[in-house]
Amino acid sequence: MLRLDSVSRRFGEQHVLDGISLTVPDGQLLSVVGPSGCGKSTLLRTIAGLLPAQEGTVTVDGTPVTGVPERLAVVFQEYGRSLLPWLTVRDNVALPLRRRGLGRAARRAEAETILERVGLHGVARRRPRELSGGMQQRVAIARALVCRPSLLLMDEPFGSLDAGTREDLEDLLLEVHRADETTIVFVTHDIDESVYVGDRVVVLSAGPGSRVVRDLPVTLPGERDQITTRGSTAFVTLRTEVGRAVRAVRGAPPEGPR
Amino acid sequence: MTRRDPTRRRELLLGLLGAAAAFGICEAVSRAGLVRRSYLPPASEVVVRAVRLAGDRAFLDGIGVTLRAWALGLGLACALAVPLGLLLGTVPVVEAATRAVLEFLRPLPSVALIPLVSLLLGSGTETEVTLIAYASLWPVLFNTVYGLGETDPLARDTLRAFGFGRLAVLLRADLPATAPFIAAGVRISASVALILAVATELLSGFGQGLGIFIAQAQTSTDGTRDVLAGVVWAGALGLAVNGILAGAEHRLFAWAREPRPEARRPRRTTPQPWTRTHPGRDHP
Ligand SMILES: Nc1ncnc2c1ncn2[C@@H]1O[C@H](COP(=O)(O)OP(=O)(O)OP(=O)(O)O)[C@@H](O)[C@H]1O
Ligand SMILES: [Mg+2]
Repeated sequence: MLRLDSVSRRFGEQHVLDGISLTVPDGQLLSVVGPSGCGKSTLLRTIAGLLPAQEGTVTVDGTPVTGVPERLAVVFQEYGRSLLPWLTVRDNVALPLRRRGLGRAARRAEAETILERVGLHGVARRRPRELSGGMQQRVAIARALVCRPSLLLMDEPFGSLDAGTREDLEDLLLEVHRADETTIVFVTHDIDESVYVGDRVVVLSAGPGSRVVRDLPVTLPGERDQITTRGSTAFVTLRTEVGRAVRAVRGAPPEGPR
Repeated sequence: MTRRDPTRRRELLLGLLGAAAAFGICEAVSRAGLVRRSYLPPASEVVVRAVRLAGDRAFLDGIGVTLRAWALGLGLACALAVPLGLLLGTVPVVEAATRAVLEFLRPLPSVALIPLVSLLLGSGTETEVTLIAYASLWPVLFNTVYGLGETDPLARDTLRAFGFGRLAVLLRADLPATAPFIAAGVRISASVALILAVATELLSGFGQGLGIFIAQAQTSTDGTRDVLAGVVWAGALGLAVNGILAGAEHRLFAWAREPRPEARRPRRTTPQPWTRTHPGRDHP
């Protein structure tokens, strides 16, 4: 279980997070939406133990975290820069497996399997900077999934993908989530996506001093399907609700311009 | 980016043209009697002499001695400078504590230390290797520290996020990211080391080596020609070493020439004295 207790963060004079409290049960997929610059990435970095919380505490399974939690994986928003340019795609993906004491051949085999699953064929021996943005993003996702994390943080992981690939990866994420019962914090700009993949959606207010303004359980069946789920009344109701909350946070009129 | 072949061929052609022109001018100046022949023998005679030296056992042994000292000194310098640079670049306290000393030592001309070190260590290989190591320490050290400052913090964060500890992050993120800078430093040091090797031999004046050959040629008949032939060898060695190292860098660090995606890095807050020698990008 991941728990945040009134976590606050400033950068100099600028208040970014202002008392964020959240409890994410094991195996939940929590979607986080909020306007640009409100502190979503800062929140993920704090959970990852890369930025110390200045006030409040983050606990994982009951123990307060001071460093990086065990069995964590992160897909950074700057996915391209987070790939190590001197390693091949395959070795980048295999990197987290080093911590699991697997042999080189086994690591590479697992890396190649997961690369196939994110739809990357024949790029294992290329270097990350030779790939397109969308391909790099999938390498970063593959690297996060390969080590079967128990806590997975994803910062707009599908932002550079075309619509088709994006749908495939949303479904892959749901599959992995269901199979491994991974706890996932999933940051996105896309309201429909937040509802489609999420078990729950929280909306953050605009900064400075961002807080949780809406916390919605996603009451959709566990089995989801790009066509029928997105067409269902329950889905449309939820996305409308999240959409309204996001508009309100931005200070836009609730129904949009006439 | 890889350099396109036509550009490369053109560069090579221009280089050869320049060399030929320099050769022609030297030859002409000497043959026309503008300067006395014993001051500047015709370039062709110098080159012929230099080529014939390649068949001279004693001379080649000397080259071997010089290159051995060069390699030892450069190796020693790298073995010291890279770990020291990693320490300075990652532990700010150490950097702050040693900065004054380093900034005092750095501008001292290494050649000026030859008499002192000779006095302490005698005029053998130890002196030569020590001086070479001292002089070649700096480019490698400063490039290592500079390169560490240029390491993308996100590469470190990535490794940390996947559970790697401090040392693992240093070895898996900082060191490889800095490697192109270190290599550029080694390439610069290689030339510096050659200068020091020849200079130490010249000034200490006995034993074996290219510098000794040059020193002794001064006193012989046809002295200038032999001195210049020795100089041609020194130049050629420098050119070869630089070419080999630059080629190795080009092959090993192809990744460093690709543009970094959406570079959004924090700027340094305090100005750093470290010299900048950017790897890979020094060939436009
Ligand atoms: N290292 C830093 N130093 C100073 N300010 C920072 C730093 N990181 C983030 N900020 C500031 O914190 C605020 C929140 O940034 P953050 O990246 O968390 O936003 P975000 O919600 O992820 O935005 P986006 O949706 O555009 O990615 C911004 O105003 C940003 O300028
Ligand atoms: Mg962000």
